[in-house]
Amino acid sequence: MIPAAFDYVRAGSADEAVALIGEHGEDAKFLAGGHSLLPLMKLRLASPSVLIDVARITDLSYIRDAGDHVAIGALTRHHDVEHSELLAQLNPLLAHAASHVGDPQVRHRGTIGGSIAHADPASDLPATVLALGGSLVARSSRGERVIPASEFFVGFLESTLAPDELLTEVRVPKLAGAGWGFQKFNRRAQDWAIVGVAAWRQNGNAGVALVNMGSTPVLATSVVTALASGASVAEAAELAADDAEPQADLNASIEYRTHLAKVLVRRALEAASA
Amino acid sequence: MTVTDTAPSKVIGTRLLRREDAALLTGEAKFTDDLVVAGALHLAVLRSPYAHARIVSVDVSGALALPGVVAAYSGADLMALWPGPMPSPWVLTPDMLQPPHYPITVDKARYVGDGVAVVLARSNTEARDALEAIDVVYEALPAVVDLEAAASDAVLVHDELGTNKIYTWELKIGEEAVAAAFASAAHTVKERYIQQRLIPMAMEPRAVLVVPQPFGGDITLYSATQIPHLLKLFVALTLGLPEQSVRVVAPSVGGGFGSKLNVYAEELLCVALARKHASPVRWVEERTENAQATIHGRGQIQDVELAADADGKLLAVRVNLLADMGGYLQLLTQSIPILGAFLYAGVYDLPAAYSFSCTGVMTTLTPTDAYRGAGRPEATYAIERAMDALARKVGVDPYELRKRNFIGKEQFPYTAMTGLTYDSGDHATAAAKAIEMADYAGVRAEQSARRAAGSTKHLGIGMSSYFEMCGLAPSRVLASLNYPAGGWEAATVRVLATNKVQVVTGASPHGQGHETSWSMIVADKLGVAPEDVDVLHSDTAISPLGLDTYGSRSLAVGGVAIDMACDKVVDKARKIVAHQLECAEEDLDFVGGVFSVRGSPSQSMALAAVAWEAFSAHNLPDGMEPNLEAHTTYDPPNFSWPFGTHICVVEIDEETGQVEVLKYVAVDDCGNQINPLIVDGQVHGGVIQGLAQALFEEAVYDADGNLRSSTLAEYLVPSAADVPSITTGHTITPSPTNPLGVKGIGEAGTIGAAPAVINAVCDALSELGVHNIAMPASPQRVWSAIQAANGGMK
Repeated sequence: MIPAAFDYVRAGSADEAVALIGEHGEDAKFLAGGHSLLPLMKLRLASPSVLIDVARITDLSYIRDAGDHVAIGALTRHHDVEHSELLAQLNPLLAHAASHVGDPQVRHRGTIGGSIAHADPASDLPATVLALGGSLVARSSRGERVIPASEFFVGFLESTLAPDELLTEVRVPKLAGAGWGFQKFNRRAQDWAIVGVAAWRQNGNAGVALVNMGSTPVLATSVVTALASGASVAEAAELAADDAEPQADLNASIEYRTHLAKVLVRRALEAASA
Repeated sequence: MTVTDTAPSKVIGTRLLRREDAALLTGEAKFTDDLVVAGALHLAVLRSPYAHARIVSVDVSGALALPGVVAAYSGADLMALWPGPMPSPWVLTPDMLQPPHYPITVDKARYVGDGVAVVLARSNTEARDALEAIDVVYEALPAVVDLEAAASDAVLVHDELGTNKIYTWELKIGEEAVAAAFASAAHTVKERYIQQRLIPMAMEPRAVLVVPQPFGGDITLYSATQIPHLLKLFVALTLGLPEQSVRVVAPSVGGGFGSKLNVYAEELLCVALARKHASPVRWVEERTENAQATIHGRGQIQDVELAADADGKLLAVRVNLLADMGGYLQLLTQSIPILGAFLYAGVYDLPAAYSFSCTGVMTTLTPTDAYRGAGRPEATYAIERAMDALARKVGVDPYELRKRNFIGKEQFPYTAMTGLTYDSGDHATAAAKAIEMADYAGVRAEQSARRAAGSTKHLGIGMSSYFEMCGLAPSRVLASLNYPAGGWEAATVRVLATNKVQVVTGASPHGQGHETSWSMIVADKLGVAPEDVDVLHSDTAISPLGLDTYGSRSLAVGGVAIDMACDKVVDKARKIVAHQLECAEEDLDFVGGVFSVRGSPSQSMALAAVAWEAFSAHNLPDGMEPNLEAHTTYDPPNFSWPFGTHICVVEIDEETGQVEVLKYVAVDDCGNQINPLIVDGQVHGGVIQGLAQALFEEAVYDADGNLRSSTLAEYLVPSAADVPSITTGHTITPSPTNPLGVKGIGEAGTIGAAPAVINAVCDALSELGVHNIAMPASPQRVWSAIQAANGGMK
């Protein structure tokens, strides 16, 4: 449980962070809350040569109304997302999902950007941002680009972020008044979901995404399509795993995971339809 | 007649806050790895990634070339340091086979985590990094994971033994009666239960620090251990050191649950290497090492049969166990199932028709040993699960069946068919109290209503009634079981000149709150404030005599020794007072710390004055030695026999298999309670550990013997957020065996909980046709059981 040796530099601003990663190259990693990266380093599953600490960049911690969407700075702590009054009004699903991350200690250290950049299919926030049709803002020495969440997650712990790109902002739509449901099924409160579901419905539109149902967070397109063509919640939920390729682990076989996805999608949609 | 019979009890029985907690909760307490010793070398152990492999070669030269590395050794390099094998002294049967076991293995690795080489370096980081540079060539052999496959001897763990079955221990009482009962009984049940392996997961992993003295060859061994006294003895015996040259200190110890009731390779390695290198040597365990290389608990296949008459009255019990020893025998490995051998008839009045047999089997997994309850939770689980199966067969409510079989209150002291005497008990009263507290009838009514309504949220209620055999133990009884040591405990009570009290105890706390409880006993006995009582322990230089803490023994043996030493102190003080007041000893009352002449209360002398007189020694009776101090070594005449009934109510979501505990009631009888707050704490912790076995925890191995649950992400220790609020209740049946009337409470919760929870789960699932489920009853397991019962539908 002792990480391999590494160098440590602290960035004072997003621009400095981007400059530092350009300087240190591909073996460098950004360190935000540390709740995903540091455990991997302790197990020596990750051995970056340099950590660029971005956790103290205060100008990347914000939640603001940006007109047609809500903008959340990448270094906003889960606790602040959970308790944001703005999100309670404009996107309560995201705030609620943040309240399910880890435990209170984790939520005070971990950041929304860190969680999404880590791209863990078992984490709550990547799937939630995917269900919401959000987008991610990345900055590098080449400039800034906006990546739709639907194109962001490409593999297990793998995103389309280039090694020298810093995730700076998470954007989610304004969904005031939308119905929503969030289901997290696990054995202990602080664990990752065995299966989780984030769902919303509004005016004939819907979004549904699955946690821990494959190597990436999964958009349940078949469910959404069925709903759009008039299927009942129960009928649509039967298609929950159609877009997923779940894996087996100590907690769940593929069969059980598939079953859970159907039950939980139904429950999430029932809540979203209430 | 004790001297304080007339003294009002002021402190005993109150919920005094634990004096230990401030230091523990603020981080001020010093654990072994907190101790700063300049120049210590750091030990790291290279552990086998194979469950079973021949060691072809070990090349440490790569490690020696790295910065900071002082030495590196293979198992063969170290053999010269060991006069004999690691201790496992309990020979259960004359023909028991004892596989050799050395701190670092030489010929084969026998579990994932078995040490194959070591490094000594200037820092822990350098030592750990150097492990990666050691080149070991392994020849992989088939893992021996399944217990029944192990018993078939298809693959041998220790080739030289010729078998994996190292003993079969039997307790057979009335063999003909057993056979006759099963041949003709109105009802029989035959059940198989699996006690999954559990990882004790003490909050503090193990840690060792050895400091050799610069002159004279003495060594001080600091260890996160439950047993400083036994460790001193076994280090001396195993390494051939003069016992007086070894001092063992257990600093603050962060839990053990039996896992630190052992003599571990790393303790012997640190001592031997500190001597060899004439340098302090230290080692601290990582969490994954803790999961792999500290002992596991449980690990049994239990075949249990009950025979009963038409009313469900028990006629005979037959038990056959296969017990998983793991790759080696640690200190008590082989004996753990035997500690439960006497309890498979539980709290029931069984005629002399009992057949118990246990076979110990070597596997290529982490060695097993004592884990909270050690043999007794397994026994209680088997009988209490089987009683529910019998109730179904007889067609009566499980509570009714138990009532028909309880040993009656009037039968105590009760000589069981095993020959043991249960000194006291009142099972029917404890059960009735739990039934009332849990609103058993109300839950049954709601269960019926839900079933009638076709609810998919299934309600279940389960109970377990237990007897615990603890307070280890009468030395003569231990002798009859071939246990090599005794079961006494030592205490010294010393009243200082200023009337402050020092208590020296041989018990070695690691979270139990002994300092608080012992100070309360002394406070009432001597009429002093508890805060004026200092409790010294866990250092063999300060407390040279003791047998340490395990088996719920500390209060019922060690606490009683203190009580008796207090009596001796008061007796001596009384002689001094009688001498100085010129009265007869018999005329002196001792109340609230003051001696007074009966009928002449103005003639009195406080203990504080006596303490000074004893210290100054100016005016003592002729021939009396100065100072007010007494020593007692107490060997209990019997075990202590706590008992109780636990009731659990669960709700199961049929769609997901999730089990939610809605209610948990624990009624425990541990006799008189010194500190009810500490008693409740022990019950809470114990219940959670039993509930964790029922619903959460399992050491999961794959077919190759890899431990898949080696971190706290996979090994599901529940947190406060995951467990129910526990309602505790008590009946009080004082033990007639000891003057305090106390019984152990450390393991009771664990013993009662697992069967209560699983009985509740199976009760909930019974309407779906599920009557048994393996532990832990995970959501997937419950869901799969429901699917299987439905013929694989859904």
